[in-house]
Amino acid sequence: MQVYLDNAATTQMDKAVAHIMQTYSLEKFANPSSIHYLGEEVYNDVEKAKAKVAKILNAAPQDLIFTGSASEANNFIIKGVARANKDKGKHIIVSEIEHPCVLGPAKELVQEGFKVTYAPVDKNGRIKITELKKMISDDTVLVSIITANNEIGTIQDIKKIAKLVKKSGAFFHTDAVQVVPYLKIDVKDLGVDFLTLSAHKFHGPKGVGMAYINRSVKIKALISGGEQNHGLRAGTIDVAGIIGFSKALDLAYRNRDKKIEKVKKLRDYFLEEINKNIKDVHLNGHDKLRLENNLNLRFNGVEGEAILMDLSNQGICVSTGSACSAKNLRTSYVLQALRIDPKYLNSNVRFTLSKNTTKAELDYTVKKLKETVKRLRSFSPIK
Amino acid sequence: MALNYTKKTLNHFLKPKNIGEIKNADAYAEIGNMVCGDQLNFSIRVQKGKIKDVKFLSFGCASNIATASIMTEKVKGMSLEEAKNYDWNKIVADLGGLPQQKVHCSIMAVEGLKKVIDNYEDKKDVKKDSKKELKKVMKKKSTKVSTKKSAKKKK
Repeated sequence: MQVYLDNAATTQMDKAVAHIMQTYSLEKFANPSSIHYLGEEVYNDVEKAKAKVAKILNAAPQDLIFTGSASEANNFIIKGVARANKDKGKHIIVSEIEHPCVLGPAKELVQEGFKVTYAPVDKNGRIKITELKKMISDDTVLVSIITANNEIGTIQDIKKIAKLVKKSGAFFHTDAVQVVPYLKIDVKDLGVDFLTLSAHKFHGPKGVGMAYINRSVKIKALISGGEQNHGLRAGTIDVAGIIGFSKALDLAYRNRDKKIEKVKKLRDYFLEEINKNIKDVHLNGHDKLRLENNLNLRFNGVEGEAILMDLSNQGICVSTGSACSAKNLRTSYVLQALRIDPKYLNSNVRFTLSKNTTKAELDYTVKKLKETVKRLRSFSPIK
Repeated sequence: MALNYTKKTLNHFLKPKNIGEIKNADAYAEIGNMVCGDQLNFSIRVQKGKIKDVKFLSFGCASNIATASIMTEKVKGMSLEEAKNYDWNKIVADLGGLPQQKVHCSIMAVEGLKKVIDNYEDKKDVKKDSKKELKKVMKKKSTKVSTKKSAKKKK
């Protein structure tokens, strides 16, 4: 049985998305920058697709810049805003639990003379807002806080944080890559200046990210050399990608409540069954303010990657933010930010569901997980 | 990043050999810890200078378990001297290769083995030394020290 419980890493593309992308690869393949009839037709279709995305996010189509990934979008925003607003200040705040594609550009900016401070989180992964408030100064130009972290799924009060940041005069960005469809995104209501999305996290294609930008804020292009995207992102428009992004986002938000309820019910059932069958399991992250599809669990006495490999051998795909799975062998900095006892940092497994997850898959997983943990604990020196 | 464990590594991970702890073993050793992410506990039984039995417990990833499994299989019956110098490259080769970031597991396994043999030899030395012998050793040491001192004086 194949069971895919790694939907925070990526999701299975919806058939309807694949079909429409095929049309824009095989038939309507013209370059939208071309002015002949076929180019014009494709251009108009891309504009329609963008308008659909803009409507869902309560933004204007010209506020959306499509990129080659969310990593690119985050790089573009963090570096682009900082570099274009040096006169305003040279201080940036990011949370301790940002995705590496926010932390990376922030570190790069340090080389350019910027100061970066890291907003701490509490034991559940929630931003300590009073601490954040203290960090903001007249020199602060940009604050970036992830809407919901990819490892633990803890949801932040973005509206409140955005308000606080904006009041200080700094700009605010949020990486919302993990939240579709679990949270509604209304950029006006949230009060953010910048927001990032990624199509492959909501059953769309890989290789398509999106940056929502407040166009009244100066921003420097990351990729120059073409007039596409108002000169903010050069490169031939990824027609199939944008069409696929738009289709996937539209589908994701259809019957949203029903989908979320289904996923939440399954997730809660899954946790209940795990607790019924396996002793000494602990939940990482917030028990309520977390994405409905996320479970990050600690299995005392066993190593996370061993569980992953054992399950993988039986057709089950999960993930571990822990030491061994990563190339650099470092333990998860996200779990470290929760100030978890270091001896527990290597015993964690992340399970992320999607609308396609079934009860039968979870029952099978519980059964295999029980056997795996029992086996590994049987020869663990940690009692 | 794909690890691409070999079939042999996976087999040793899924069905490890020599797991457990020998009761009243001749020596025990622990290497690594939970914080660094890997821990191995070894126990050995020695007979006539050879490893009669060796077992291990593991808190570790798939390759940690697999490397200890294949190593214990290979060193059973070996002389202590030979086992102490067991080359971690052999483990990697026997498994048909390990991903670069997992090679350290094989090094940890041989270090753990060396540690348990060292513990055995230390214990044996203490047992062997009768009180007299101990005294002799003490005497020798003190004479050595005094010779050194006298040598210094001579200078």
